[in-house]
Amino acid sequence: MTAGAQTAFIDFQDVWLAYNDELFAAGQFAVEAIDLQVQPGEFIAIVGPSGCGKSTFMKLATGLRGPSRGRIRIDGQPVTGPLKISGMAFQAPSLLPWRTTVDNVLLPLEIVEPYRSNFKRKRKEYEERARKLLQKVGLAGYEDKFPWQLSGGMQQRASICRALIHEPKMLLLDEPFGALDAFTREELWCILRDLWTEQRFNVILVTHDLRESVFLADTVYVMSKSPGRFVVKKQIELPRPRELEITYTREFTDIVLELRGHIGAIRKTSPVVEATP
Amino acid sequence: MNASRHFERWAPVLLAIALVLLWQVGVTAFQVPDFIFPSPLQIAQQFNEFKGPLLAAAWATFWVTMVGFGLAIAVGVMLGFLIGSSRVAYAAVYPLMVGFNAVPKAAIVPILVVWFGIGIGPGILTAFLISFFPIMVNIATGLATLEPELEDVLRVLGARRWDVLVKVGLPRAMPYFYGSLKIAITLAFVGTVLAEMTAGDSGIGNLIQTAGSQQRMPLAFAGLVAISVMAMAMYELFSWIERHTTGWAHRGSQGH
Repeated sequence: MTAGAQTAFIDFQDVWLAYNDELFAAGQFAVEAIDLQVQPGEFIAIVGPSGCGKSTFMKLATGLRGPSRGRIRIDGQPVTGPLKISGMAFQAPSLLPWRTTVDNVLLPLEIVEPYRSNFKRKRKEYEERARKLLQKVGLAGYEDKFPWQLSGGMQQRASICRALIHEPKMLLLDEPFGALDAFTREELWCILRDLWTEQRFNVILVTHDLRESVFLADTVYVMSKSPGRFVVKKQIELPRPRELEITYTREFTDIVLELRGHIGAIRKTSPVVEATP
Repeated sequence: MNASRHFERWAPVLLAIALVLLWQVGVTAFQVPDFIFPSPLQIAQQFNEFKGPLLAAAWATFWVTMVGFGLAIAVGVMLGFLIGSSRVAYAAVYPLMVGFNAVPKAAIVPILVVWFGIGIGPGILTAFLISFFPIMVNIATGLATLEPELEDVLRVLGARRWDVLVKVGLPRAMPYFYGSLKIAITLAFVGTVLAEMTAGDSGIGNLIQTAGSQQRMPLAFAGLVAISVMAMAMYELFSWIERHTTGWAHRGSQGH
């Protein structure tokens, strides 16, 4: 563990977060005792019941929130504010309807340095880059369409492009494929897999979908609900590159089943009575 | 399909013609005297006879309204921007503005007369006071309804408040803004005419007031028609601008 911590890209040491001082005084934490070491280029997935603090974890990892207790280091540096080396995408694509798809993808470059200062001068070059990225995710021919002319799956692809355009070292995805139909979802898994294989950024994928987490991730963490803790860490030893067919193999389903067992146990022991959905 | 679309397009015109015909027939059939309720024909005759004074009055009302409306846009946008971009400003300013907006503008006109005298001063100010509120509220709403996720995406990149406002908030507020202009322009005409009736020495309001006191109903009605035509024309103008600048917000209706 200690040897890993020294080279780790993401390093959480006993991190606790309460959203405000009253909750802190009352001992009500959104996440508790998070210890996590992620190697450079590692793809991790976090699964758990809704409301278990997965989104809180995202805020901590991007520096949008500081921890109440504990230490977070990312890329060797203590986190003190928003981390520009990260890109984010959510379940809702939240593209701007008055911008074309390519202009939506360019938005981060208008904001983040060093691109911001050169944006006017190098616009052509950046646009070329955005178009290439869009073509890579299968949106060739849709670059100049408006987001509302695109299907949900296409919008989500564009949203992922927007998260990646400034070549972040860390990609955070909060249930990015949750609203898509099963076939589109599997298609996007493969696109994400290919992008990651090619560029090897770190990925933190928050999801409800166990098959998704096992197919994509190197390591899957299971989170419990209130308190929000990491209760299980599962290395996925399936060989890469992984094709969709692997999801129908015995090995794969065994892992999914095992994780499902952990989730089921959490839900049973959870002190909070859940409303039926 | 095509025929029904044509019908939809011309429906407002057809309805207007039908109503005018009904009005004319009703007034003629029941022999209503013109000092009670003039017929469309008599109003048209008045238009023809008093072309000069009506046009002059309409022009006076029009530019007084536009000056007041211009002020309303400037102040409404600034205040809306302020209260939409800062929670503290919102909490502080909004209740005051609501209270202020609830004051009947007709009650303010006499005060304005004391301050600015008879003339265009009260007209401009009443038009402004009555119409800036919807503009302010709509700009503020547009700015305040930002998806928290999108804000996270931008803040992580180191976006400043100003970046978020200019890149996302303002464009998002534009449909609200144009929508509010359509409402505000008609209100501004109401404000001007209101001031002209009590404190004006020119304009359609003054003309209606004078005609009314002389029991010249057809002329008063001609004044009413003039004011509605101006308000409708301005409404259509802003509607047109809205469609051509923020078409992305009305995509549902673009298809057909």
